[in-house]
Amino acid sequence: MFFNLAIKSLLSRKGSVLLTLMAMTVSVFTLFAVEHIRYQAKENFANTVSGVDLIVGARTGSLNLLLYSVFHIGSPTNNVSWDTAEEITQNPNVKWVVPIALGDSHKGYRVTGTTAEFFEYFSYGNKHKLAFKQGRAFSEIFDVVVGADVAEKLSYAIGDEIILSHGVASTSFSRHDDKPFRIVGVLARTGTPIDQSLYVSLQGIEAIHIDWQQGVKIPGRNVTVEQINQLELVPESVTALMVGLNAKMATFRVQRQINDSTKEPLLAILPGVVLSELWQMMAVLENTLLLVALLVFVAALLGLSAMLLSSIRDREHEIKLLRVIGAPPYFLFLLIQLEALFITILSLVLGASLLVFALLVSQDFLVSQFGLHISSNILSQSALYFGGGIIIASILIAIIPSMKAYSKAKA
Amino acid sequence: MTINLKNVRFQYPDSPDKPVLDIPSWSVAPQEHVFVQGPSGGGKSTLLNLLSGMSVATRGEVSILGKKLDKMSGRQRDKFRAAHIGYVFQQFNLIPYLSPVENIELATHFAKHGKKNETLNAIEALLAKLNISSEHWHKKTIHLSSGQQQRVAIARALINKPELLIADEPTSSLDQDNRDNFMSVLMSLVDENKATLVFVSHDKSLSQYFSRIDALSDINCGSEAS
Repeated sequence: MFFNLAIKSLLSRKGSVLLTLMAMTVSVFTLFAVEHIRYQAKENFANTVSGVDLIVGARTGSLNLLLYSVFHIGSPTNNVSWDTAEEITQNPNVKWVVPIALGDSHKGYRVTGTTAEFFEYFSYGNKHKLAFKQGRAFSEIFDVVVGADVAEKLSYAIGDEIILSHGVASTSFSRHDDKPFRIVGVLARTGTPIDQSLYVSLQGIEAIHIDWQQGVKIPGRNVTVEQINQLELVPESVTALMVGLNAKMATFRVQRQINDSTKEPLLAILPGVVLSELWQMMAVLENTLLLVALLVFVAALLGLSAMLLSSIRDREHEIKLLRVIGAPPYFLFLLIQLEALFITILSLVLGASLLVFALLVSQDFLVSQFGLHISSNILSQSALYFGGGIIIASILIAIIPSMKAYSKAKA
Repeated sequence: MTINLKNVRFQYPDSPDKPVLDIPSWSVAPQEHVFVQGPSGGGKSTLLNLLSGMSVATRGEVSILGKKLDKMSGRQRDKFRAAHIGYVFQQFNLIPYLSPVENIELATHFAKHGKKNETLNAIEALLAKLNISSEHWHKKTIHLSSGQQQRVAIARALINKPELLIADEPTSSLDQDNRDNFMSVLMSLVDENKATLVFVSHDKSLSQYFSRIDALSDINCGSEAS
């Protein structure tokens, strides 16, 4: 009876209730969206690389180096010469070096030239090694390994032949179409930019550029695949190096040695440190967003309270009537609270559903534009706290109109 | 006695010298039908609020069905009113967004008696007796005519079989035909329920339905004095 009364009373004031509900829904959506994306982006960034002690590239900003080498965002300013790469490998503190060469793409997905050791040493998240869903690492010059998203979106399978393009634009007119690559492996999903990448050997990168100069194909020069297989392909330079050390203790020493190198201007970064620097920079933005979302929510709550308060003036007869048939004053207090609670819970459900829907729709866009994997599963501990907080806040603010109804009933 | 007032005084705190109501003595016997005639502003609503336990006398004794309302707590008075007193207003007798059946059910909810099924049967029987056609039973009361609304109000007031029915100008918003119709069903249902009726109106022509007619000005010395 009580619930029925509250629901029908709300339904009888469709106009103002609907508008209040919309305001609440929008605010819940904003609040959840900010919290969810904030959390997910943080997880995402933090999980992208682990097990790599240093990243070495041409001298640039440390953030820039991290972004282009790991997140495939932006472009490298310069390369690292192969001699230097060899030299770093010789350093007694260095356990392994995985070079990466960027600059080519396939249908908008970036191609990384590297060595087979990449699959052995690179890890993400909580020290997860890369795993093959199907196939194996590349061994021949024209072998390619594709990330999970690439395989899924372009429906590729082992044995398919693909053409790489020069440059990183999604529509490239310079295609390496004379030298197709064959897919030999598909990586398991990682939730990192690796899913949107293709991996070939450094020799493969050299091979497709052998008859190119300054980014264009030289007409008339055509080196055949047979000829290439005869050649000893050594790259002149690579984009960056991922370095693993024998002992963590040596990290800062090796970093200083590389940064102080006089042969070539180099920069060595600790990915974890730069990630947290990046995160500190984002913290201000993040907190500002959260503050704005909270203010939007407070405004919506005040709107809810104002709507209920003004409804009480129109319901004086109703209150008198309920009193005369025996409703105690606290019944009216609870009735208004229940109405507020209905609106809040409904707006929670609507706002959360709207967010899940929006995330599902924008997932591909976020991945392709920002390399952000935002899960559409918004259930998390903090979301539960937020939901609980929203309900408590609405109960508190609804005390104002509820007390009004109570005092009207008392009079 | 169904109603027994002794030395009842009611005044607002801000004007203690001018009591709105000052009744040395007034009583109504069981099953008596009393017509209280008086203009609005003569302490009429104050009297009805005291009788129904909506407010408490400043001093004096208000006893209804032998129970002293002034000795009860607010919650006890609410329960007592729900179970033993029916009330019909001039208008706004029903919650507009509920159906007649729901409105009447709400009244039984606070009196808390009877089973849901029995209650529904009783409600439908009562509505049929009041000449409300069944097509309106489950539609919002806002769509009913004022005559129909006042008749549903009788059902709502009588569903808990109250010993006392208070009617406050219930016919003022009705035209002649509806008024006669309302009065005849009201009187017959009150008789059937063996209820005591206190009917307040300024309209003397209605006094024909009553055996006892009291002028409010004769009962209330307070208002006269002011």
